[in-house]
Formats: sequence, C-alpha cells, structure tokens
Amino acid sequence: MLSLIGKRLMFAIPSLIGVVIVTFLLTRALPGDPAAYFAGPSADKQAIEEIRKKLGLDKPLIEQFFRYTADLAKGDFGNSLTTGQPVATEIRNRLPASAELTLLGLMVSVMIAIPLGILAATRPGSWIDHLCRVTTTAGVSLPVFFTGLVLVYVFYFRLGWSPAPLGRLDVFVSTPPNVTGFYLIDSLIARDWEAFRSAFNQLILPTATLAIFSLAPIARMTRASMLAILSSDFVRTARASGLSPRAVIVTYAFRNAMLPVITTLSMTFSFLLGANVLVEKVFAWPGIGSYAVEALISSDFAPVQGFVLTMAVMYVLINLIIDILYGVIDPRVRLEG
Amino acid sequence: MKRRDFLKTATSAAAGAMVSGPAIFSSAKADARSETLLIVSESGPNNLDIHGVGTNVPGYEVSWNCYDRLIGHEMKAGPGGVPYYDRDKFKPELAEDMTISDMSATFKLRKNAKFHDGTPVTAKDVKWSLDRSVSVGGFPTFQMSAGSLKKPEQFVIVDDHTVRVDFATKDRLTIPDLAVIVPCVINSELVKKNATEKDPWGLEYTKMQTAGGGAYKVTKWTAGTEVILERNDDWVSGPMPKIKRVIWRMVPQAGNRRALLERGDADMSYELPYKDFQEIKANGKLDVVSLPFSNGIQYIGMNVTKPPFDNPKVRQAVAYALPYQKIVDAVLFGLANPMFGASADKSTEVAWPQPTKYNTDMAKAKALLAEAGYPNGFETTISFDLGFAVVNEPLCILVQESLGQIGIKTTINKIPGANWRTELNKKEMPLYTNVFSGWLDYPEYFFYWCYHGDNSVFNTMSYKSPEMDKLINGARMAAATGDKAAYDADVKGFVDLAFNDLPRIPLYQPYVNVAMQKNISGYQYWFHRRLDYRALVKA
Repeated sequence: MLSLIGKRLMFAIPSLIGVVIVTFLLTRALPGDPAAYFAGPSADKQAIEEIRKKLGLDKPLIEQFFRYTADLAKGDFGNSLTTGQPVATEIRNRLPASAELTLLGLMVSVMIAIPLGILAATRPGSWIDHLCRVTTTAGVSLPVFFTGLVLVYVFYFRLGWSPAPLGRLDVFVSTPPNVTGFYLIDSLIARDWEAFRSAFNQLILPTATLAIFSLAPIARMTRASMLAILSSDFVRTARASGLSPRAVIVTYAFRNAMLPVITTLSMTFSFLLGANVLVEKVFAWPGIGSYAVEALISSDFAPVQGFVLTMAVMYVLINLIIDILYGVIDPRVRLEG
Repeated sequence: MKRRDFLKTATSAAAGAMVSGPAIFSSAKADARSETLLIVSESGPNNLDIHGVGTNVPGYEVSWNCYDRLIGHEMKAGPGGVPYYDRDKFKPELAEDMTISDMSATFKLRKNAKFHDGTPVTAKDVKWSLDRSVSVGGFPTFQMSAGSLKKPEQFVIVDDHTVRVDFATKDRLTIPDLAVIVPCVINSELVKKNATEKDPWGLEYTKMQTAGGGAYKVTKWTAGTEVILERNDDWVSGPMPKIKRVIWRMVPQAGNRRALLERGDADMSYELPYKDFQEIKANGKLDVVSLPFSNGIQYIGMNVTKPPFDNPKVRQAVAYALPYQKIVDAVLFGLANPMFGASADKSTEVAWPQPTKYNTDMAKAKALLAEAGYPNGFETTISFDLGFAVVNEPLCILVQESLGQIGIKTTINKIPGANWRTELNKKEMPLYTNVFSGWLDYPEYFFYWCYHGDNSVFNTMSYKSPEMDKLINGARMAAATGDKAAYDADVKGFVDLAFNDLPRIPLYQPYVNVAMQKNISGYQYWFHRRLDYRALVKA
C-alpha cells in the first residue's frame, strides 16, 4: 500500500512542475497590464513605470520565473494585489470555506442520487425511473447561478425562511475559534451553539444549489452501472439461488457497481470545488473560486498561480484517495497495484 | 429498499433540510443592531492606506473615515436638498485654524487631538505624512502635484502645533488639494516603528491596519469579505458621529444586494444597476439618493490623429447621429443629466459640465458626412471598458445601431477592465466611450486633464490645439491671480472651442446612486463619491 502511494506521488511531481511553468507563462500572456491597472485612474506613463518597477515586472521573464520558483520553494506564493494579502494565507482561509460547502453539497447529493439511481435501475421504465431522468436532466440543465438565485428569491426574499445570503455566518455572530476552518466543526468544538446554528442555516441554500447541480452525474452513473451489473451472470445466479432481492442488490450488485460511481464522485468533487464560483458569487461566500476569478479579472498574477497550483495538488490528492478506495472496494485492483 | 421506505427517507430528509426559520436575535444583539450600520457593496478595499501601491476606490472610503486631514469642506444644499460638499468653503478638521497669505498657508493644529493609540498629534506627524504623500510615487504623489504640491521642503514645522505649507507657484488648486483624501495625517512614530529598510514609509504596515486619528478605526478586515469599523470615542476633530459600528460586507450579486435592502437586513447599498435603483425609487419602500457626479461626464471619444476622425466634419456628423435621449432613457433609466440639446440661442456659461447644442438629427448627420467626403460612410470599431459593462454595453449597442443609419459600420470591441487603462494610454482606439470625473471641481482642472496638448492619459483623443492650450493656461493663470474677467473669457473660450472642434462628444453627467433604509439619514455627497460615516444617523 505504501509503495503504491509513493509511486503515485512520484508520478505527480512532473505534472506539478508542468503546472507551475504553464500557469506562470499563461498569466504573463494575459492581455492586461497589471501596472496600469494598479496605478489607478489618474496615473500617467511615468507613474505606471514606477508601479511596474515596484512590482518587479520590468525584469526579464526568466528572472521573474526564477524568483517566483525560489519563493515557492519557501512556501511563499506571493502577494495578491487586489486584496493586498499574501496568497498562501488567503488560500488557507478560503479553501475550507469552499471545501465545507462542496463536501456538504456532495454528501446531500450522494444521499439522494445513489438511492435514486439504484431504484431507477431496479425498476427501469417505472415512475421512479422517469423521476430520476427528469430530476437529473433538470439538475444539469439549470445553470447553478439560476438555481441559486431562485432559491434565494423564494426562501429568503419571498418566504423569509432562510437567513440573508451574506456568507458563512450571520453578520452579528462571531466566528468560532479556528481549528479546522470548517465552521460546523469548529463551532461544535467550541460548543458555540449559536455559531453552529448560524453556520448551518447559512449553508442550507448554497448546499442545496450545489446538490441539485451535482445530482445528475452521480444518479445517472449509479443507474447505468447498476443496470449493467444487474444483467450480469452472477446476479442471475444469486437470484436463482433464492437470495432475497435486498441481499442481491445491496451486497452483490451495488458493491460491484460502485467503482464507476466513485470515479464520478471524485470528478464531481474536484470540478465543484473549482467551479462553484457562481454559487460563491450568489451567496457572497468567501471561497476560493470567487477569489481566483476576481484575481483573473484584474490580471493579478500571484493568486491565479496559487489557485491553479492548489487545485493541481488537490487533484493529485483526490486521485490518490480514489485509487486507495478502489483497492478497498475491489480486491482485483489491489493485486494489480 | 422498498418504494415506501424510500419515500419515507426522502421526505424526512427534505423536512430536515427545511427545519430552521430565521435566526432569532437575542436582545443584546438587537441593541447592537440599532447602533450598527450594515453596508453592502460589490467590492471592498484592497489596501487601507490611500498612499499604498494600487489602492482601489473602496480603499479611499476607509482612508476618508479613519484618517483626519488638516481641512475639509463645508456642506451646502445640493440638488433635491441633499447635503453636497461646498467646493469653495473649507472648514477646519485637524487644524483648528488656517491662515492663507500670499505664498503660504499656516495651520494651527488642535492641541487635544490624539491618534487611535493615544499619542498626541503634532506638527511632526503632519509634516511626515505630507512628505510621504509627495514622495511615495504613483497616484498619491500625482494627485498632490495637481495642486502644485511637489516637494517635502514645501511643508515646514513652525512649532509643535503649527505647520506651514509653502506654495511652489500661485495655484488656485493648492488649498482644495489639501482637502482631498490623499493628504491625510498619519501616526508617524507608529508607522516608523514598523517600517523596514526596503519600505521606509511603512506602506506594508498601513496596508493592513489604520494608523490614524480619524473618527473611525478598522477593527477587522477580511479582504474581499468584510470590513468592520468602530467609532473612535476620543475623536475631537468634529462632532461625535452617531454610528458606533460599521459593518461593510461585500455582496457580489446585485440582485442579492437589492433583496437584502428590501428585506431590511442591510442598511445601505450603492453600486446597484440603474434599473434596480429606478424600481426601488418607484416603489418607495427605501430612500434613494441620486446626485450628479461633480465635474464628471460620460462621452464618446474619437482619435483625432487618424482618418476618418481627423476631420471635424466627421466628428460633427457623429455628434448629430448619436441617440442621446434613448441612451438616457433606456440605459440609465433617466438617472443622468443630459449634456446635449441646449437650445440654439443659449449662450455659453462659465461652468462645467454644460450641455452642447447637438441633438439627434440624422439628415444633418448624413449631409455633414457627405460634405466630409464619406457619402457612403466607413467602417470602424467602437471600444468600451468591460469593467462598467452595465452602462457601456447597451450604450455602445445603441450607438452602433444609430451610426449604422448614416452608413458608419461599427464593430464593438469589449476591453477587460484590467486592460482598459493600457489601451487608453496607447491612444490608438478610433472610437470609444469613457467617463472622466475630477475630484477638484473646476473647469480648468477638467480641461487640463482632458483637452490640453500636454496630452495626459485622459486626453484620450490625442487632441492638440495651440489655441486650446492658450485658453486653458490663461484660465489657470487668471484663477491664480483672481482676474475674473480674463478667467470667464478663457473658460467660455475653451468650452466653445471644445464644442466646435468636438474631439469628444459629451453624452451625459452620470449620477451616483445610493439606496438606504428610511431610518438612515445624514447622507452627504463628496467629490470622491464614497460614504462619510461620520455624518450618518440611524434612527
């Protein structure tokens, strides 16, 4: 097992180096001129040159790159110009916000999608199969920001059930002491019930939005893979041997159908983590996606590079976890590994 | 799993997701609420110090409220009775007295003024702060130079509580320039302690925290999320502000900002789309203040160095072909002052901005274009800043459609906000829309920036005319020496010339729109267009 992990990590190193180089070059290739942007509205050419010098952008590209990698080696991602903070700190603060939301969204989604997929597969053509088809189609076809806005409109603006979409906590509730960065967990550790309730209430709508969106791939994949398994020989044998339908579906069929579902899950997770920008925008969520987009709009190099690098590392880690999970679920994978 | 079981779990899961109603406030929190102002806006500061590298406009708001300047402006009744800063009347802020002589101004500081950390404010701090503003480079230094404040030697310590500012030349803009946001007074000892060799002015330190003695201090700042400011109860440079605490949250989604206001959760917001402001105004649940930008104009600019726009007839043809009224109605929902269509017999005023006499007149436009040698029109591109796409995009589409009627085919070129400044600096775009507004509200200041042959960034048209330069320089001289007759003649002269030569076509004077709850009062309009918390009251 350890050698497997080690091998996987070794494979990741070249791709990470590639990511560093490509993001560096890509951000430089962006059309904007950060010096002109940050010199402000009434700057003339000379003022812009002064800013350029201050930012080190007048140096040759190769020198900028070596300086950047040297800083990276020390764990310094540079400073964001738009927010004025060190990028490493910002990502550390913002990643848990995105991760908490995404994980919760995914959990809700799995709790609905997997039973839905299984039921649809066991009764193809029935009303539950149609329900599955309709919800998943609706889920993917509705853009996330639209679902988010509709939820805000109905549950906050019209009904007043949900709290104001103002980020992770109610404005007048103080933040629980930072342990994990996940407010739900941190407030439980601190036994701060008010913060817990506030964090939970704030999470409901964005979680629902994400869940609706990610429902589709998981439910579709569960259904498809269950259908394939259910028509296979060993299931027929199990049925013929008189096992209860429950034992056949849960113990034999479902476990075998899980591999592709797990793969889809990992892809959905990493996709959501980076792509829930719109949800973050709608709910004023201080997450990592909106951070990267804002940086991109203002040609702010450091955060964009930091974001891409963090995402690359996350992908590597998630893939590793998935590989390990494969081994747990399916012994054949373990042997080959 | 049976169907019934599934339904059971599904409904209970759904019910579980719906349990909570709105958060119930404890009574302590209700008190906090009544003394706290909750502001929501699209973007927040990136730096708490206006002297910093690339401090954005929201950062100006923090600086304005957390630092004192020597002097400020009095208020007068503006349009609709809303308090509006009085360009010509100054009032003491940190200085309790100002004496202006021929070539210098002397300021006596309040003896009981203290910084947030309790150290008294002395002349030394004032000099250090002013030295800093003219030395750090970039925007602050540039702004100071607009008032002929360029060298540290101009700031002299007379005694512990007296500072003299020497004038480099006679310039009417020197005193007003001391009342803008940049020349703020900073706690010099505190910042020096935190300065490094590489950063002698301590910009890194003041970026993250306020080191002033103003009416408010920042107690918490999470970049891109929120700023929390608390009142400085020891403030002596003005009447004690009523608001104890300001929570300023960034809500990127305009629709949500509106929902927050309409539900009564947020107290104030600006940066809402014009349509929302129009609707909020119409339904009357909230107070909306709409005031014209002082010394600001949205315009269509043309590059006068290259054909076809080097021909004044073509520029006039464009001016007659623009759909002015449609822009004001459909893009701005009426929230703008028209800068077109003055009656033909109206004489030029000594004022800026003022409307041109151009109107939409397609026949005339066609005739002028034929006269200029383009009877069948021509092709060109119209560019705009995507950072302000809410206004710029529909505006350009209307212009495109209208110019098409006289045969000018335009392609729309959208330029990302980050790139806009670079493009303006290149001065290559043939046709574009932009907005300019000057902090100092004087016609010659606007014209110096936008029409003078010194060719600043904002002379986006590369317009050069010796006659224009003579008039602008003349007006600046006349203003400095107080020669009213010559000043009036020069101002009228350059306005007329600008409207005849027409390198840029004024469209309208934009409005700053602020929406607030009915129980909020005391809003003041400032040249910087940001909020002054010191005057706000929550009933």
